[in-house]
Amino acid sequence: MSDDQLQSRLGALIYDAAPESTASVQLRSHYGLYVDGVFRDGAENQHFVTINPATEETLASVTQASAHDVDLAVRAARRAYDDVWSTMPGAERAKYLFRVARLIQERARELAVVETLDNGKPIRESRDVDIPLAAAHFFYYAGWADKLDFAGFGPAPKPLGVAGQIIPWNFPLMMAAWKLAPALAAGNTCVLKPAETTPLTALLLAEIFEQAELPAGVVNILTGDGSVGAAIVDHPGIDKIAFTGSTEVGRQIQRHVAGSSKHLTLELGGKGANIVFDDAPLDEVVEGIIDGIFFNQGHVCCAGSRLLVQETIEDELLRRLTRRVEQLRVGDPLDKNTDVGAINSAAQLARVEEITASGELEGATRFSSSCPLPEKGFWFAPTIFSNVSQSQRVAREEIFGPVLSVLNFRTPDEAVAKANNTTYGLACGVWSEKGSRTMWVAERLRAGVVWANTYNRFDPASPFGGVRQSGFGREGGRQGLEAYLDV
Amino acid sequence: MSKVSSTTSSSVARGGAYVTLAPRNEVLEVESEAQLRTLLSSLSGVDAVGLEARVAKLSTRSLKQSTKLTALDLAISMVDLTTLEGADTPGRVRSLCHKARRPDPHDAAVPNVAAVCVYPDLVSVARDALAGSRVAVASVATAFPSGRASLAVKLADVREALAAGADEIDMVIDRGAFLAGRLGRVFEEIVAVKAECGAARLKVILETGELVTYDNVRRASWLAMLAGADFIKTSTGKVGVNATLPFALVMLEAVRDFAEVAGRPVGVKVAGGVRNAKDALRYLVVVNETVGARWLSADYFRVGASSLLNDLLMQRYKQRRGVYPRSDEFSGD
Amino acid sequence: MNGAFVRSESGRSYEIVDASGTFVANVARASRKDVRDAVVAARAAQAKWWAATAYNRGQVLYRLAEMAESRRDELRDHVALAEASEAVAAVARAIDRVVWYAGWTDKIAQVYGSTNPVAGPFFNFSHPTPSGVVAVLAHPTSFEGLIDQVMAPLAAGNTVVVVASERHPTPAVLLGELSVTADFPPGVLNVLTGSLDELAPVVCAHEDVDGVDLSGVDDALLGELRSLSAESIKRVVRAGFASDADSLRRLRTFIETTTVWHTVGQ
Repeated sequence: MSDDQLQSRLGALIYDAAPESTASVQLRSHYGLYVDGVFRDGAENQHFVTINPATEETLASVTQASAHDVDLAVRAARRAYDDVWSTMPGAERAKYLFRVARLIQERARELAVVETLDNGKPIRESRDVDIPLAAAHFFYYAGWADKLDFAGFGPAPKPLGVAGQIIPWNFPLMMAAWKLAPALAAGNTCVLKPAETTPLTALLLAEIFEQAELPAGVVNILTGDGSVGAAIVDHPGIDKIAFTGSTEVGRQIQRHVAGSSKHLTLELGGKGANIVFDDAPLDEVVEGIIDGIFFNQGHVCCAGSRLLVQETIEDELLRRLTRRVEQLRVGDPLDKNTDVGAINSAAQLARVEEITASGELEGATRFSSSCPLPEKGFWFAPTIFSNVSQSQRVAREEIFGPVLSVLNFRTPDEAVAKANNTTYGLACGVWSEKGSRTMWVAERLRAGVVWANTYNRFDPASPFGGVRQSGFGREGGRQGLEAYLDV
Repeated sequence: MSKVSSTTSSSVARGGAYVTLAPRNEVLEVESEAQLRTLLSSLSGVDAVGLEARVAKLSTRSLKQSTKLTALDLAISMVDLTTLEGADTPGRVRSLCHKARRPDPHDAAVPNVAAVCVYPDLVSVARDALAGSRVAVASVATAFPSGRASLAVKLADVREALAAGADEIDMVIDRGAFLAGRLGRVFEEIVAVKAECGAARLKVILETGELVTYDNVRRASWLAMLAGADFIKTSTGKVGVNATLPFALVMLEAVRDFAEVAGRPVGVKVAGGVRNAKDALRYLVVVNETVGARWLSADYFRVGASSLLNDLLMQRYKQRRGVYPRSDEFSGD
Repeated sequence: MNGAFVRSESGRSYEIVDASGTFVANVARASRKDVRDAVVAARAAQAKWWAATAYNRGQVLYRLAEMAESRRDELRDHVALAEASEAVAAVARAIDRVVWYAGWTDKIAQVYGSTNPVAGPFFNFSHPTPSGVVAVLAHPTSFEGLIDQVMAPLAAGNTVVVVASERHPTPAVLLGELSVTADFPPGVLNVLTGSLDELAPVVCAHEDVDGVDLSGVDDALLGELRSLSAESIKRVVRAGFASDADSLRRLRTFIETTTVWHTVGQ
């Protein structure tokens, strides 16, 4: 081959498709509810389908639970609580949880593929983030089960009873783990409702509970729409509600339990600010901003959806950022080289499109990646709004999609004031090479999580949760136990 | 001190903060050590965790089918086939050169490597053995690998290699001077060697394993480019830590930003520790996603290695024929 | 309110009588706008109160205990209006409680904070931060209860708006007076007197109030007040008054956990 031939064939390296194999996955055509240790059909025999948002193909038929099914599940959980789980020594509970962690690790490939099929997120993320963190969460809390006396809540803290847990579609298995692991470690039993559009990994988790021989009724999994969540919230046999989702639904839930003695923790929306000072490590800043807003298509409650950049470097950072966004590989979530996957549902896509249109109408400058988008499925090109003012919707409302709003500031004081100018308070980022200023800013941010020179990092040992209208209660760490203990 | 192609010194702040994508071929005068120090300390810092996380993510890229074939051929064409041992002999160098011209005698489609890299006293042997080929002769010089000699000795070393027919000079910087903050000395040595090189390509070895921090590597990269380096190179291969993906990424970011400011693309060479095809392809991915197509050629990216070539050939064989070759399929040179 | 003693902007007041029906005092009957002003004062004071060192907050609370001690007899007379013969002991216990909380200010972060061993190159720590502005619907009769409700959020760095007992507001008013002499920064503690039925819903619905202590409220009002509090996702506590565990529940309700990650590298 001549040099010229070689040269022309080479050019830039274009990556051939590298799809993850689906051979490890054998989805059933239909899934029942997991109640009292068995899969069973719903009392009213109603079903819905869950689809692959990247192709709109049906993955499986899933059972729509009824109020009667909720009642059966709560009763099963209560029996399991009274007869088995609350009286079992902590060390024995721990063994079940360790076993679950191991089984998640053993079935990691399969779980990752199913998560990607059902949710639309890139396989790289489900493989490297969601599933490992789910296993790690069970592993971490398993160790607490027999050490609750030393968790800082006084001697022999008691569990709450039956926990109703309602989780969102953005990190389906990880959210299930975040809810179930601490609850079970503390001695509660659970009724878990996965999101309507992403029920599959929770059902695989039920299979894992069977494999681990978890006693019947300790965890019950009910699939369905919002009516199932509402029935769980209102059920008198529930002692505790843990909810992750939108602030609007969180507010409704808090109202619903107002007249009862149910305990409540809420992990709600956010409008995280990523603050970049002009002495920040710029190349890592660019990656951090990308991770902050385009990780999981921006379907992240703690997404760094507002970039607050010091005015002195605004143009330069924007230039680098847009160049980098152009490089993002958007497409088949199963492809190992995909950076940004599919929007989870048609409804979510419509919401992202609507609020993005408002950004243009309100005068912000839009840049969207020129990446080609697949024809089938739900897709949205990574987008950056610059020239955004604080009053515009794209700067105030949670978009929950791959859309970044860029604002600027002049001084640290102004950065903090703008970052805090929101009713939310979940997470913020601070980027600077100056430690004292980073600490100064971190002290003043009204947020439950502050990432300094990084973004969107999670760990079972690290408490996560919001302040103000981003909710209350923590998940992760020693602090995460408090949500499931009567202290 | 020296003139290099660039905008004004302030425009280089923060890795090219105030320039547009279109290169401007303006002239930057590095007038004093103080000015050089100001310029280098104005470069954006590197967060080690973020940098390494970026590399880890890029390392998950999966190259399949034609992409993999392309990348393997590309990697072969970028190899600086190297022998830098006290035991090197003319015979050893000749057989290496033979391998460099035709890495796989059974397959004419395999490209030749970029260069053969030897000590100055063996340059003439390599020159003769490579006559009529497209393979360049590279020579380490300037009291390689430690660089602990006077400038006069270093320049003599370079002259000797060039006189013997070297096309490329791989020089080492004075790491001791760099770490002691004597940036002007490091700069002036490079300028002097560059002047000596004339048309020969100058690769400047930073010895990243001795500079240790990513901030140092970024500053040394800029220093070398401002002083006239055609390539910046990670390592001599003679210290504990040689080329790593994070060091390469820092250097690629530097050449990217420098090209924007100065309008002059500088090459990057990784050397030492790149032993198998998998590693080499990871470097190509980092090149591809940091600086892009222009650097995906032997003119701007090299891998200094010895054993790597056979693994590239073996993977190429496997990729084309679907089976792995016998262990002695490729010569041990 | 905000370090000063002001009449209600409405100009309204009502009479306080003792158990025998004898007139004790006229107190202001706060309005919706007074709630607004009190919350504004508390919000304005919060950042500074939190920015003070924990040691300093402890000193201020301890100073309050000293002030209370020096006016023990006066306190007893007011507390006796609700607690009769128990008043002497009640005041003593209440002062002890202030001292207890004064000692908490610089322990909270050590007891409830943590460094977290995450699996990666990060320094990760969690530290307790205040919720912000906390409203306290005071125990109707117990001075010690009132003290516990007020001190818990203050110790954690919150600022407080108290709605005093409607029938027995004077101990709360006196507490407000003592706080000024104890060098509380203006706005850190604000005391409103008036009709609970009128003020409680306003306080709970106020969107700039971050948390509310409903421990002093009848069961009958509870559902509605909780429901109103849900509109702005308030932290709500209803705890007993029997033990340290009750007090700590109160304290924990009004601290947030902020977790900071920082990269660790050369």
